[in-house]
Amino acid sequence: MGTQSISIKVNGVEQTGEVEPRLLLVHFIREDLGLTGTHIGCDTTHCGACTVILDGQAVKSCTVFTVQASGKEVLTIEGMTTNGELHPLQAGFMEEHGLQCGFCTPGMIMVSHALLQENSNPTEEEIRFGISGNLCRCTGYVNIVKAVQYAANKI
Amino acid sequence: MTELKTSAEIGGMGHSVKRKEDPRFIRGRGNYVDDVVRPGMLYMAIVRSPYAHAKILSINSEKALAHPGVAAVITGETLKEYNLHWMPTLMSDTQMVLPIDKVMYQAQEVAAVIATSRYAAADGVELVEVEYEPLEVVIDPFKALEPGAPVLRTDKEGQKDNRIFHWEAGDKAATDKAFKDADVTISQDIYIPRIHVASIETCGIVAEFDSVEGQLTLWMTSQAPHAHRTVFAMVAGHVGLSEEKIRIISPDIGGGFGGKVPIYPGYVIAIAATVVTGSPIKWVEHRRENLQADSFGRDYHMHAELAADKDGTMKALRIKTIADHGYTDAATQPSKWPAGLFAIATGSYPFEAAFCEVDGVYTNKPPGGIAYRCSFRVTEAVHAIERLVDILADDLGMDPAELRMKNFIPPEAFPYKSVLGLEYDSGNYAGALKLAMEKIGYQDLLKEQKEKRERGELMGIGISSFTEVVGAGPSKDFDILGLKMFDSAEIRIHPTGKVLVRIGVQSQGQGHETTFGQIVAEELGIPVSDIKVEHGDTDTAPYGLGTYASRSTPVAGAATAMASRKIRDKAKKIAAYLLEVSEDDLDWEPGKFFVKGVPDKAKTIQEIAFAAYTNHPQGMEAGLEAVSYYDPPNMTFPFGSYICVVDIDSGTGQVKIRRFMAVDDCGNIINPMIVEGQIHGGLTMGMAPALMEEISYDEEGNIYGGSFMEYLMPTAMETPNWETAKTCTPSPHHPIGAKGVGESATVGAPPAIVNAVVDALSHLGVRHLEIPLTPEKVWRAINGL
Ligand code: FES
Ligand code: FES
Repeated sequence: MGTQSISIKVNGVEQTGEVEPRLLLVHFIREDLGLTGTHIGCDTTHCGACTVILDGQAVKSCTVFTVQASGKEVLTIEGMTTNGELHPLQAGFMEEHGLQCGFCTPGMIMVSHALLQENSNPTEEEIRFGISGNLCRCTGYVNIVKAVQYAANKI
Repeated sequence: MTELKTSAEIGGMGHSVKRKEDPRFIRGRGNYVDDVVRPGMLYMAIVRSPYAHAKILSINSEKALAHPGVAAVITGETLKEYNLHWMPTLMSDTQMVLPIDKVMYQAQEVAAVIATSRYAAADGVELVEVEYEPLEVVIDPFKALEPGAPVLRTDKEGQKDNRIFHWEAGDKAATDKAFKDADVTISQDIYIPRIHVASIETCGIVAEFDSVEGQLTLWMTSQAPHAHRTVFAMVAGHVGLSEEKIRIISPDIGGGFGGKVPIYPGYVIAIAATVVTGSPIKWVEHRRENLQADSFGRDYHMHAELAADKDGTMKALRIKTIADHGYTDAATQPSKWPAGLFAIATGSYPFEAAFCEVDGVYTNKPPGGIAYRCSFRVTEAVHAIERLVDILADDLGMDPAELRMKNFIPPEAFPYKSVLGLEYDSGNYAGALKLAMEKIGYQDLLKEQKEKRERGELMGIGISSFTEVVGAGPSKDFDILGLKMFDSAEIRIHPTGKVLVRIGVQSQGQGHETTFGQIVAEELGIPVSDIKVEHGDTDTAPYGLGTYASRSTPVAGAATAMASRKIRDKAKKIAAYLLEVSEDDLDWEPGKFFVKGVPDKAKTIQEIAFAAYTNHPQGMEAGLEAVSYYDPPNMTFPFGSYICVVDIDSGTGQVKIRRFMAVDDCGNIINPMIVEGQIHGGLTMGMAPALMEEISYDEEGNIYGGSFMEYLMPTAMETPNWETAKTCTPSPHHPIGAKGVGESATVGAPPAIVNAVVDALSHLGVRHLEIPLTPEKVWRAINGL
């Protein structure tokens, strides 16, 4: 199978390479770049464990080809901390006990990040709708909602 | 409330200490199995059967092997050379690793492709050619038991039908008599469908064999790494795998809920593949494989009956169950308990007689019978009794709360021996229901419902007052493949007073790294921030049976407290030596020993720890460490009362949970924040099968619900804002009075929801509805269809 050159800015760093056109963005991030905070939880675009920000928009990186992201900017969970300082969403998840096994957490934080960028003061209903493309099996969502509210209050 | 004995800084029991595992998870720095990368690692993908029952005529790997990147194709024949094509299950049945001649369920493993990338492995799967000859399929467990049904397990000598086991408990004659003599009897068929735990992380393994050292290292999604290591050593001893050279590392696990207790064929194939190829092998399931082939929960067909006096006094209970276990009994029940702890079916009520029987049946489905966030069949039992109580209330025209209050086992009756043979440790059932009724405003809700009904609106109130049984278990009764179900903790106090705790159980999100530290903090007064907790590595952790069935706190939590107390005993001797007094002259407060009446004359635990390495009394061994293997004297019996309020859209049949008040009593609490989180999650996994989740099969054995397209898990939109409260009735036999909580809500929630929906429709003549209560099912009930 042929390859294609790509160039993607991931967490502020330009990444270039030769990839198969069918390589999913999530595999590029996890395996080529070794950024394993982005997870895989399904094969039908339902769980959101793989959520990253692509040019400002939350996307499920299991449903984007790497070549489609070429020339664009990707933000993953690893890029949320600046100079060692936690993003308010990261702090919120910890403070409000918004995670248990932690597997959905990076995706939840990224989708909430996109939500707060669009709407800095969401209602509970808006938060629930905003994260409804992401599944969590452990927490029952109550504390995830609180974590997002915590961050909204800090931002 | 749990009494606080330590300061917030020490963070012992009862403090909502922030979790120690969170800093890595919120940064994306967790280390899950799929994050493990080894040099030269190959990837494995599995060819699966499209048929539920078929002969394998041929497997042709040629095209796959010719594909770039494909290194090997492993079939049953490959494994047969090593006599590894079958393996034992945890229930002492047998299960195919890879088939030689026959497949027994749709999505069964047929061959494995090993390749240099996951993409090449997936290509290879498409290129393996398998010829099948379909056989008659047996899906309905009742038909499976009929004479003349095809016998599925032709491989088992002496197996003449599809029955796996018959289990019973209670006194049949006394029960039958009580039914004959009773004023009122009710009966109801209840089916608890097949469901899947669907933890967001699927199962997987990285297997690495070092042929020079003979060392096998496995990073594996395992809820029970020690038990799994022993099983591997027993099964593969003949090919040279020896237990001291097998190391299982169960790193961060993305949810377990029982689904990571069994040993799946994929793990074993990966182990064979690393031995055969000499390269490390990674296998991580796709979600569809996970939903279609991993073990399932429930699938219980119950016929439940209850006998009572006219005034509502419950007298006798009788339940007959057909349990669909799929093609092999790969359940994860303790050996002597093929129907798990179904004996909890008498629930929170003092029956005079009861009789329960369960028949396990083979069908052409994947193995079932694992827990779905539930202690060994407790959910099925609780569903039956809590539905029956509501049906009885309806028949007698009594308020369901009043009927429960009238019947509850009273607090002074504990320890209470049930007619099905369990000894309940402690309880205050009326206290929990009373609190739930107050918190939710039960009387006002009744009024509101009456008004709404007059206006034609559908609103229902449902109660569930459940009793659970967890913490398996006492070694005289509980083992898995002969391994007794004790658990363990090992504690080392370093010279500077910092601590390493290693435990035999394994966290999949429960927060062990925090809560087990809190137990030590409580017992020794050492700040929880100074305590490091490790688990999940068989080379370092003490032997234990793992985390499932809410057993971590009841068993390993007890071991942790006992090991801490051994350390405190030794610390006391050192303190007496340092203070030049006798041990009897010393008093303890968290963190220090002091001379009675002279609080200033004291030695802190940190000073004592330093002395244990620098200035220990002559004749005493240096160091400060202890190990405990705890064999619990009894199970623990958490309980609670839940009240659910639903509104139903009569046009669509959509059920909306408007309020849900959960009062739980899990005895003394280690970390209230974590307990509340466990209850939120448990409630959501209780709501899921009540309203949405189900896996079913057509007559040909095609699965329905085998991907997230059709297996509907609750999102934040369907999940209500759970309300919680607690009462506290400590376990009298547990060293810290705790009972376990991870599964209570999954067990208790479904009947509360069903009772609420049935209540909303009771004036339309609805008496029972089977879960899941999908809009279509509810709409049909509303319209009498
Ligand atoms: S992995 Fe599930 S949506 Fe991407
Ligand atoms: S914390 Fe486990 S899936 Fe969300």
